[in-house]
Amino acid sequence: MEDQLKFPDLTDAERKALEELMPDDMSEIITSGLKRRHFLKLITFTGTSLLATHFLGIEQLMARTTAGAPLPPTGVENGVNVAFKVNGSTQKLLVDSRMTLLDALRERLTLTGSKKGCDHGQCGACTVLVDGRRVLSCLTLAATCEDKVVTTIEGLADGHTLHPMQAAFIKHDGFQCGYCTPGQICSAVALMSEAKNGEASYVTRNVRQTGKSVKLSDEEIRERMSGNICRCGAYPNIVDAIREVHGDKAVAQVWQFADGTI
Amino acid sequence: MRPFKFSNAGDPATAITLVSANPGAKFLGGGTNLVDLMKEDVMHPSELVDITRLKHADIEKTATGVSIGGTATNSFTANHELIRKNYPLLSMAILAGASAQIRNMATNGGNLNQRTRCTYFYDVNLPCNKREPGSGCGALKGVNRNHAIFGWSEKCVAVYPSDMAVALAALNAVVHVEGRNNAKRTIQFADYHRLPGDTPEKDNNLKQGELITSIDLPTNDFAERSYYLKIRERSSYAFALVSVAAALSLDGNQIKQVRIALGGVAHKPWRASVAEKWLMGKEATESNFRAAAEAELKNARPLEHNKFKVVMAKKAITRALQGAMQGGVYGLEG
Ligand SMILES: Cc1cc2nc3c(=O)[nH]c(=O)nc-3n(C[C@H](O)[C@H](O)[C@H](O)COP(=O)(O)OP(=O)(O)OC[C@H]3O[C@@H](n4cnc5c(N)ncnc54)[C@H](O)[C@@H]3O)c2cc1C
Ligand code: SF4
Ligand code: FES
Ligand code: FES
Repeated sequence: MEDQLKFPDLTDAERKALEELMPDDMSEIITSGLKRRHFLKLITFTGTSLLATHFLGIEQLMARTTAGAPLPPTGVENGVNVAFKVNGSTQKLLVDSRMTLLDALRERLTLTGSKKGCDHGQCGACTVLVDGRRVLSCLTLAATCEDKVVTTIEGLADGHTLHPMQAAFIKHDGFQCGYCTPGQICSAVALMSEAKNGEASYVTRNVRQTGKSVKLSDEEIRERMSGNICRCGAYPNIVDAIREVHGDKAVAQVWQFADGTI
Repeated sequence: MRPFKFSNAGDPATAITLVSANPGAKFLGGGTNLVDLMKEDVMHPSELVDITRLKHADIEKTATGVSIGGTATNSFTANHELIRKNYPLLSMAILAGASAQIRNMATNGGNLNQRTRCTYFYDVNLPCNKREPGSGCGALKGVNRNHAIFGWSEKCVAVYPSDMAVALAALNAVVHVEGRNNAKRTIQFADYHRLPGDTPEKDNNLKQGELITSIDLPTNDFAERSYYLKIRERSSYAFALVSVAAALSLDGNQIKQVRIALGGVAHKPWRASVAEKWLMGKEATESNFRAAAEAELKNARPLEHNKFKVVMAKKAITRALQGAMQGGVYGLEG
């Protein structure tokens, strides 16, 4: 009851998640007050979303922030031993040859930031970076990842500093339910290096003109992000976020709180 | 997914020997088609041999053109300087397919061997001669909006989905394969994929255990004038209803050479040879392009639900040729 007064606009699940997430900072937040938007920032930082706190429960939410030991496999058929780096640390796993990288990340390494949308390569929710390039972890067999370097949404922030793309997604409200967001952000991060390398897309004016670093129009951004589907239709805001990180100009934030602050 | 043995081939000979020795074995490229089909239980290999680490990923100049590696990724190929400058048609076609993530994973060999997206083929509860020979073709009298208008048989009316292959057909590419005991052979692109005939279960003429090591692109003078046009249900990340790879070379305004290949209309990339012949030596004008397209589509045999593809293909051929005339600049084809 007392807590409810402290955070009047949070739901029970959100309040509980917050308390477990940031026990040390509680007093500061209590004194300075907390807006729902700030809570969302915290949750985005941990690589999940508001929805995930409802669906996954607090235990799984927390598992991401602790160094939880991988669960032991039960009944591995055609086992393959693989060692690969995930977000900077080497992981050694015995996997069933059928296991996808997505399932290995989520079920064995408790990195549930990467989402399973379709499991068939059609939505992009499972996008992660492998050796710096964006790929679909739902169609990547874990057994093929020996010696690879995998980066997931959980590995983008530098300590407590968000990756610029994460910060831009928050600034521009590049999501609603947040389910596609980890994939969108990983995809957008890779897109930045592809543009820097001068890579082309289907809507590139003239593919014969090669060279370093291409400046992306909105049409280019949309085409290059087309492998990431958003059921909530946050596309215009996603394009704004990417344009801000890609360009050298700040892009105006279009939303504000009811009291006029941003 | 059913259980399978997995191994990582250290060298091509080992990979070829493993897959030749086991009729249930398959090479694994990027896995973007095979893993998907295994999840659907459409394909159930007993063994996968990962070939992505083999040394067949280079793109290099040869005496007769450029060679692209069988295990090079689609992204690497589309963005390679040699391809963008000399075979922009191939870059455009690859970039028109799938998504950035999938192109990063997909290999050139895997792309050629991707299977149809016919929904009956994908649904293991429905009849399909390609998936289960003798079970019947669900699409022939079923929902066949996305199916063939050329070259189909009563046994199968599916279309082949690759964009990349449509450009390779127009470019007269040559596929290099290697089989057991170092048996190497080359296959002209026109002979690589098959029409369904009585054996729709066979998409192409590759034998079990044969590895695509590289694909040769012969030198041409089309770089200035080529265009890949893809018509689909949404503007990106969808398979073609109809696509056209068009390339021209001119003598003044007279057509010296022309190549036209269509995607989304047949069981293999469809070379529009009637239209090509019609155009040889003619002026490169819109009305001639239209007449050539008309001549090609006279031979079309649409099914119940895909008559629209005939009209669409005519317009697409005309537009793609105009796009080529505009120097292959995206969006200028009108
Ligand atoms: C959602 C989605 C959308 C897509 N959209 C498009 C599209 O619009 N246009 C398009 O063209 N494609 C599209 N694709 C298909 C994609 O291009 C193919 O899946 C991809 O090119 C296959 O390459 P891979 O290396 O992943 O093949 P794999 O899945 O690894 O293999 C496919 C087949 O090729 C065989 N194989 C692989 N390499 C070799 C080799 N070197 N020699 C002999 N056999 C080999 C394998 O044994 C297997 O039978 C889409 C795919 C998805 C999932
Ligand atoms: S069209 Fe071919 S792939 Fe489709 S159901 Fe008929 S036989 Fe199968
Ligand atoms: S979950 Fe991998 S693309 Fe949808
Ligand atoms: S934010 Fe809901 S799916 Fe994209």
